[in-house]
Amino acid sequence: MRRDPLARKGLLGRLPQAWRQPLAVSGVVIAVAWLVIAVAAPWLAPHDPLAQELPRLAPPGPDHWFGTDQLGRDILSRVMHGARVSIPLTLALVALSLLIGGLLGACAGYFGRWVDETIMRLADLVFAFPTVILAMVVAAALGASLTNAVLAVLVVAWPAYARVTRGLVLGVREREFVLSGRLLGFSAWRSLRVDVLPNVTGPILVLATLDIGTALLLLSGLSFLGLGAKPPSPEWGAMVSSGVEVFDSWWVATFPGLAILTVVLAFNFLGDTLRDALDPRTARAIKERAL
Amino acid sequence: MSSLLKIDDLVVEHRTPGRPVVRAVAGASLEVRAGEVVGLVGESGCGKSTLARAVVGLNRAASGSISFEGTPVTPLGLRRRTMTGVQMVFQDPYASLNPRRRVGDQIADGLRVAGDATSSPADLLERVGLPREFASRHPHEFSGGQRQRIAIARALAARPRLLIGDEPISALDASAQSQVATLMRDLAVSSGAGLLFISHDLSVVRLIADRIAVMYLGRIVEVGDTAEVWAEPRHPYTQALLGAIPKPDGMGVLPAELPGDVPDPADPPQGCRFHPRCPLVMDVCRVKEPEFGPVACWLHEPS
Repeated sequence: MRRDPLARKGLLGRLPQAWRQPLAVSGVVIAVAWLVIAVAAPWLAPHDPLAQELPRLAPPGPDHWFGTDQLGRDILSRVMHGARVSIPLTLALVALSLLIGGLLGACAGYFGRWVDETIMRLADLVFAFPTVILAMVVAAALGASLTNAVLAVLVVAWPAYARVTRGLVLGVREREFVLSGRLLGFSAWRSLRVDVLPNVTGPILVLATLDIGTALLLLSGLSFLGLGAKPPSPEWGAMVSSGVEVFDSWWVATFPGLAILTVVLAFNFLGDTLRDALDPRTARAIKERAL
Repeated sequence: MSSLLKIDDLVVEHRTPGRPVVRAVAGASLEVRAGEVVGLVGESGCGKSTLARAVVGLNRAASGSISFEGTPVTPLGLRRRTMTGVQMVFQDPYASLNPRRRVGDQIADGLRVAGDATSSPADLLERVGLPREFASRHPHEFSGGQRQRIAIARALAARPRLLIGDEPISALDASAQSQVATLMRDLAVSSGAGLLFISHDLSVVRLIADRIAVMYLGRIVEVGDTAEVWAEPRHPYTQALLGAIPKPDGMGVLPAELPGDVPDPADPPQGCRFHPRCPLVMDVCRVKEPEFGPVACWLHEPS
């Protein structure tokens, strides 16, 4: 029986090549798994993450797969509930810095002159400080809380988006379709919204995906230093921090640490894949290697 | 016929920090009358496109004046452009349409400018010879010639009184070139608009233009009715341009080549700008620039 060569490609065949690489698949699987855990933690977690009635510092075993901490809380449940704290906050943080940085960068690139000078010098000012130190200073000045930690990371994260967006907008705004729109009487805002921004979104989304890992790292870093989540809340950075106090019980710090590691890795893989899929040159290279 | 566009002694300079100022347009004067088709020709880098961009306000005039229907043209800043009676079709058909928007939506922008509620984008597509159902497609589905037709449709939708074509055919296949050029002419003439058609291809300009203006290194060196210029070119540069057109007469004659390249517009030659390449150069040419028209050449000084 002859088969139609066009019908031969199944569901997998229709996926773009970049998404079929092993790293991409593992990135998607891990990220989706963490999202599921974040949503379903109350039903998945075997114990109450805050309950202290268990044996203290019990090593990993059949009752407590990841062991318990110095207050007798189940670490597996805490890691699962930690996903509910860290992942939504990180995503919101990246979305906010994308919005703020992207908008400022787009204005700088499109309007130029003093708007550009003001915004980009402000961005340079932030770039001039080491990221972690500046975030620490801002978080300390605002007071220790998870919201303030997010604000602190926002302060250091937006300039990267502003810079990239500005560069892309500079490249697009002299394109002839943008000029045609202006000649038809588009206002500057309409031109920016209709002609410029839709044509720069791809690379910015790649940056945002790659940035999710960095943002999570920075956010849990602040919590680790005691500038973020308050003690009872199961935040991964704070959990690693409390694990450092009981170094002999390796499981207390290791499992939340592994949680951070896997999320950061997964989103970096996702970002790389997204970049490969959007950049025609790398996409072609992948295809040639796959053949 | 009344004057639609009047360019008077226009100077446009390109300034790049750390580089000498380039006078892309160095005192050019040109007039386009209502309903008239003017072809502007010249070699690459002679300032044709800069002149066109200055007319729509994309380049700022350093001195001289441009007026459209008696109103001076102001450079396009951040404000909305109000002079939508002048529209332009650009050179690169692959850059002149927004890849993210449907073709019909982009043409509708033009209709909105004209306050035209009766026509639809599909009507415009029909006028430029494309099927009506193209309106719902995206630009990447089209060839260069089709895209250029769509760009023409968008410009025409705004009901311009003056249409400018900035080398609109030079990026197209030879087969599409004269089609698109004639289409532009026919649509402009039938809607009563003037057309300023810029090209380096004299043979196409000859087909569509009522008058020809020849530009060399930022100046208009000869203006005249197409038939006259074609039959009897007077400026040596125009003669050289016409001589460079290949003639398919079966004799195997190669077109005469003009020696040398266009000089650097940042450092134009003394006297007549054409004298280093001119076969008929005289002493006066090296000293004094011929600042008169319609033929800016010392051999044709008006008495």
